[in-house]
Amino acid sequence: MSDQPLLRVNAVTKYYGGRIGCEDVTVSLWPGEVLAVVGESGSGKTTLLNCISTRLPPTSGTVEYRMRDGQMRDLYRMGEAERRLLMRTDWGFVHQNPADGLRMTVSAGANVGERLMAVGDRHYGKIRAAAGDWLGRVEIDVDRIDDQPRDFSGGMRQRLQIARNLVTGPRLVFMDEPTGGLDVSVQARLLDLVRSLVADLGLSAIVVTHDLAVARLLSHRMLVMKDGHVIEHGLTDRVLDDPQEPYTQLLVSSILQV
Amino acid sequence: MTIQQTDMATYNFAYLDEQTKRMIRRAILKAIAIPGYQVPFASREMPMPYGWGTGGVQVTASILGPDDVLKVIDQGADDTTNAVSIRAFFQRVANVAVTTHTKDATVIQTRHRIPEETLGKGQVLVYQVPIPEPLRYLEPRETETRKMHALEEYGLMHVKLYEDIARNGHIATTYAYPVKVEGRYVMDPSPTPKFDNPKMHMSEALQLFGAGREKRIYALPPHTEVVSLDFEDHPFEVQKFDQPCALCGAEGVYLDEVILDDKGGRMFVCSDTDHCEKRREEGHRGPLAAEAPEMQS
Repeated sequence: MSDQPLLRVNAVTKYYGGRIGCEDVTVSLWPGEVLAVVGESGSGKTTLLNCISTRLPPTSGTVEYRMRDGQMRDLYRMGEAERRLLMRTDWGFVHQNPADGLRMTVSAGANVGERLMAVGDRHYGKIRAAAGDWLGRVEIDVDRIDDQPRDFSGGMRQRLQIARNLVTGPRLVFMDEPTGGLDVSVQARLLDLVRSLVADLGLSAIVVTHDLAVARLLSHRMLVMKDGHVIEHGLTDRVLDDPQEPYTQLLVSSILQV
Repeated sequence: MTIQQTDMATYNFAYLDEQTKRMIRRAILKAIAIPGYQVPFASREMPMPYGWGTGGVQVTASILGPDDVLKVIDQGADDTTNAVSIRAFFQRVANVAVTTHTKDATVIQTRHRIPEETLGKGQVLVYQVPIPEPLRYLEPRETETRKMHALEEYGLMHVKLYEDIARNGHIATTYAYPVKVEGRYVMDPSPTPKFDNPKMHMSEALQLFGAGREKRIYALPPHTEVVSLDFEDHPFEVQKFDQPCALCGAEGVYLDEVILDDKGGRMFVCSDTDHCEKRREEGHRGPLAAEAPEMQS
């Protein structure tokens, strides 16, 4: 890990009219680090993720990102064209519902290849080869390359979404409840896959989840949110094994023991 | 008083009122200034249903002057219903001269074809466009497609071509084949066969596109670079026909298939009727020319 942060979120606040979405959140993310944002529904996790990933402009506060040239840039001061280019090359966004992140009516190969074509790749054979390679890496049979995602199971769709995001070699991936709605065995395989990809590629990631087990498996550090505020922040193992705040203690003790 | 005079008195010249024509001309000027960009305009109700060429008719009405010579084609033919009625419409409301000869026309309104004869300086080709947005079937949100045009995000266009190759082994899009204009805007050339795409490139004629229902006008000024999108390993190519026109023997032209009987008999003839007639007048004969009915005057 480098000593310079990759992403710096400074006092980000989002109000929905008079209501608080998230308030005064300050956090940094270092290269190769996975940060989990946990909390119950309505605690502002997704609002925070959307503010950081430029999908939702915050009411106040700044989000800075270290570009590939080493420059720290304020995301909301960039031009829209540059921001969108960043989103589809250097970043990935894995949605909870794969239908939001995939084009359901074009083939798996085209879904993976879209980002390559968007950055100017114009060789069909190479695009297809790259798509096939990535399908293999997320454990989808290469002979499904011409099938549409709507013919895929939930777990396959989620893996396809991951492949689509990683094909351009991003440095930062946002995940919003990546295992939501999947049964436990599929969840376990997906988590395995994400873990190995993150380790192999040295990705940084921000993972929003309400599932503390997912957070423990994937993340190095953890933010606990309640009512739009960060109430606890620390190494994942520390937060889960020795929760300080009463709410975090409640959250940890609510994990179902099997 | 003749019938024609009565009708002329009922309508303003070329049907539309002068304010509307000014509004459309402004849109046209803007479209010419930004080749390939879709300019919104306040499309009017026309005395014909949407999809029959209301956009093309409004553009033609706005640029038509008393000295113009109008030609109207539909699928390349001067004698189909749509072409005949639009031509008659402008004869009644503008009393302009009309022709079927491509080289004599100053304004040519077309649906689905570009004439075979190379268009020259001073000629205007007006296209009727049903769906001006090339990204429409890939991205249903208009707000998003406008943003994509603005930011030049055209990766999605190649996704469509990729799908074609993945499914069919080659780019199977044969009409409305997307083009890039002057290296900037991706444009839908209206449902012309891709056979005609190369004719748009560096044309000496002004090309105007009107979409009435979708309320958009776009344009290609003369000498504009128009490049059909493709892949390096699947380059753009036009349709090829393995036989000449059955009536005039022309090769390298776009042919229509005509079913002759219910026993599988068929012939391929020029889709551009004016081109075919001219060649036959010049004495060219195709293999089935003798069997064909005498051409009408």
